[in-house]
Amino acid sequence: MRERLSGNEAVAVAMRQINPDVVAAFPITPSTEVPQYFASFVANGKVTTEFVPVESEHSAMSACIGAQAAGARTMTATSSAGLALMWEMLYIASSSRLPVTLAAVNRALSGPININNDHSDTMGARDSGWIQLYGETNQEAYDNFIQAVKIGEHKDIMLPVMDCFDGFITSHAVENIELIDDDKVKAFVGEYKPEFYLNNKKHPIAVGPLDLPIHYFEHKRLQAEAMRNAKKVILDVAAEFEAMTGRKYGLFEEYKMEDAEVAIVVLNSTAGTAKFVVDGLRERGVKAGLIKIRVYRPFPVEEIAAALSKVKAVAILDKADSFNAAGGPVFTDVTSAMYGRADGVKAISYIYGLGGRDVKSTDIELVYERLLSIVESGDIGEIYNYLGVRE
Amino acid sequence: MSKIIPNDVKWRDISPGGIITDAGNSAEFKTGDWRSERPVWLTDKCKQCLLCYPTCPDTSIVIDEEGKRQDFDYDHCKGCGVCKQVCPFGAIEMKPEGGNN
Repeated sequence: MRERLSGNEAVAVAMRQINPDVVAAFPITPSTEVPQYFASFVANGKVTTEFVPVESEHSAMSACIGAQAAGARTMTATSSAGLALMWEMLYIASSSRLPVTLAAVNRALSGPININNDHSDTMGARDSGWIQLYGETNQEAYDNFIQAVKIGEHKDIMLPVMDCFDGFITSHAVENIELIDDDKVKAFVGEYKPEFYLNNKKHPIAVGPLDLPIHYFEHKRLQAEAMRNAKKVILDVAAEFEAMTGRKYGLFEEYKMEDAEVAIVVLNSTAGTAKFVVDGLRERGVKAGLIKIRVYRPFPVEEIAAALSKVKAVAILDKADSFNAAGGPVFTDVTSAMYGRADGVKAISYIYGLGGRDVKSTDIELVYERLLSIVESGDIGEIYNYLGVRE
Repeated sequence: MSKIIPNDVKWRDISPGGIITDAGNSAEFKTGDWRSERPVWLTDKCKQCLLCYPTCPDTSIVIDEEGKRQDFDYDHCKGCGVCKQVCPFGAIEMKPEGGNN
């Protein structure tokens, strides 16, 4: 059914449709509306969820972990410093193999304190063992959230999943959206049936015991395997989702990449701006393309490298700096994927849009112009660049 | 899945998330070799008052079916010495482990 909703409201609606057992959350801009809308669904009897209004994000994730370990399907939402305060528990959730679902509404990390959008929060959590999905629009935030539940709870995965989308740009802007019928969403995600859970009286277990050197490494290796398995499951779930909705999802979206000579790799809402620029360049006969990463963890190494192997120059845009003096996190992941698989393709890094700095089509045009000049001159020039900062 | 995770388990066979799939298996974990001092039960001084028994954090003071204490469970006693402290009759002595003692 057709609706018009903000990204936050769309995710809250997805949560209502799923009717999880437990939601534990603490408000923080710009994700506050997710639990706020959801709390109204609880109050109005639209769901039977146990809503736990905790006193911090550390507690929110802790409550989610306890509930999920008990056998409950559990969800939460947060942003920025809230995600940072969950840090310790993010690792507990993933290493304990508890498929909590988190709406991660991207906002800059302090400091200086800033409430606007960039990706420094979830980029920092990229190696916490969570699956990370990124979405360009309200529709994708909603669709990814529903798929996240099914991906994380798959028996070969059992990992928590972040549904990442841009604060304010996606979370607060109201867009048209195609909602799935409640009963179809419920049927799609099904019942949460973990093999092991604390509330199972017939098969009691202990969760989170001390793991000494004799066993810890094997547990981490098994956890890593789950992340490796996730790529296939994500695609299987996407195929099932497409059969239900007609909306197609992959590991990343290729936009006009068939014959592209220059390309940009980007995440989330900026992809919309960049597609507009690609269309304009195409009208002028420029073979420009775009890759929008949807699945950032697990990272689609072979697929990204294959997609970029045909271009002459690529710019990887990061809405977070790594402060590694070598390029943004997406840049280092993409270029490491290209090593030995897409040799000879010139790759440059652009850090852009930090702290909600507006990203205009004219900014993106500058990047494509730079790529074209690299192709023409053969000289890559500066690899580590900033876009939109006042020089 | 086996009750006890063996020390030579391979990663594909280990429990997901470090869970322990059966409760009540702590007796399988021998902690006796943590001891630096060993409690020695002096039966001639012991009055069987049983003040020592509830203080043991490792239930390493064995009580028989008639309610009498027996010798220590040295597989699990960590040698903390709490039992010696509470004994009113000096019926427990701590002696260094190892060497010629």
